[in-house]
Amino acid sequence: MEITARDLWTVLHGMGFGALFMLAFSGALAELYRMSTPLGAIQASSREQALLNFYLVAMVVLAWFTVFSGAYIVYPWYRAVPPAGITDLSEYPRRLLLSSGKTSEWHNIGMEWKEHVAWLAPIAMTMVAYVTAKYGRAITRPRNMRSAVLAFAIAAFVATGVAGAFGAFLNKYAPVRGGATIVLMGGEQ
Amino acid sequence: MSMSQTRSNAEIPNGPGGAAILAAGIGCAAMGVLAFAGDASAPIGKALIFYNPTGALSGVTTLAIILWLVSWFVLNRLWRTETVEMVKVNMASFALLAVGFLLTFPPYMDLLQGK
Repeated sequence: MEITARDLWTVLHGMGFGALFMLAFSGALAELYRMSTPLGAIQASSREQALLNFYLVAMVVLAWFTVFSGAYIVYPWYRAVPPAGITDLSEYPRRLLLSSGKTSEWHNIGMEWKEHVAWLAPIAMTMVAYVTAKYGRAITRPRNMRSAVLAFAIAAFVATGVAGAFGAFLNKYAPVRGGATIVLMGGEQ
Repeated sequence: MSMSQTRSNAEIPNGPGGAAILAAGIGCAAMGVLAFAGDASAPIGKALIFYNPTGALSGVTTLAIILWLVSWFVLNRLWRTETVEMVKVNMASFALLAVGFLLTFPPYMDLLQGK
């Protein structure tokens, strides 16, 4: 069982950080909504509030890891320029996609949108975590503040969904491959 | 403890929260505006290459993060003891967030450029 270094980083970026961040939205949105109702605020204990703060900070860390690992580790491999005369573009995903009209829009729309919109999520979630931690259960009192927190959390979810979905499709049509081979486990012949 | 904590949280002016919300909107809009500028203008796109392997994305994201953090710092200094009109802050923040989404969407970028 082997994996290349680039494959491993791509998995870490997409599944390790990105998918975990995406999965965490279900809990965060449900808890933020529950907390934002007057009844929920009364019922929330200090321990629950501390847990929510920790949960949101963990999401923020995952979000920033996702975008930085994507932009500065995986993306340079994706957009690498092949040497002149090379015909096998399998290690040059961007050029591979652009080489055919059947796949070029995966780059022109998919990657071009994904690479920028993904960054809205950590900015939005950092604000959500800060405001939630600062105001705690009192977030229900300034009604418009809780509306903004929920709206930005939903916007972060949408941005992450767009980036994640296009990331999965791009990795299917033009995966980032190459680099050193890491042997994970020997197998029977 | 829970009552006193609720009371002390409730007494925090909404200014710092409003500053964080508006700054997040500014950061999102900056991401969109810079992405659009880099796409629409070759010289700007070239100037945004802070780190060659990542291309213009490096400059777009670095500058957007700086604008977000600086605006948050400034707004927080201005509003830390203030009570601000959250309706206006929210409307501005949602508009800026929409700008961020629209200007990072390639078909909309192309539409604005007449492509």
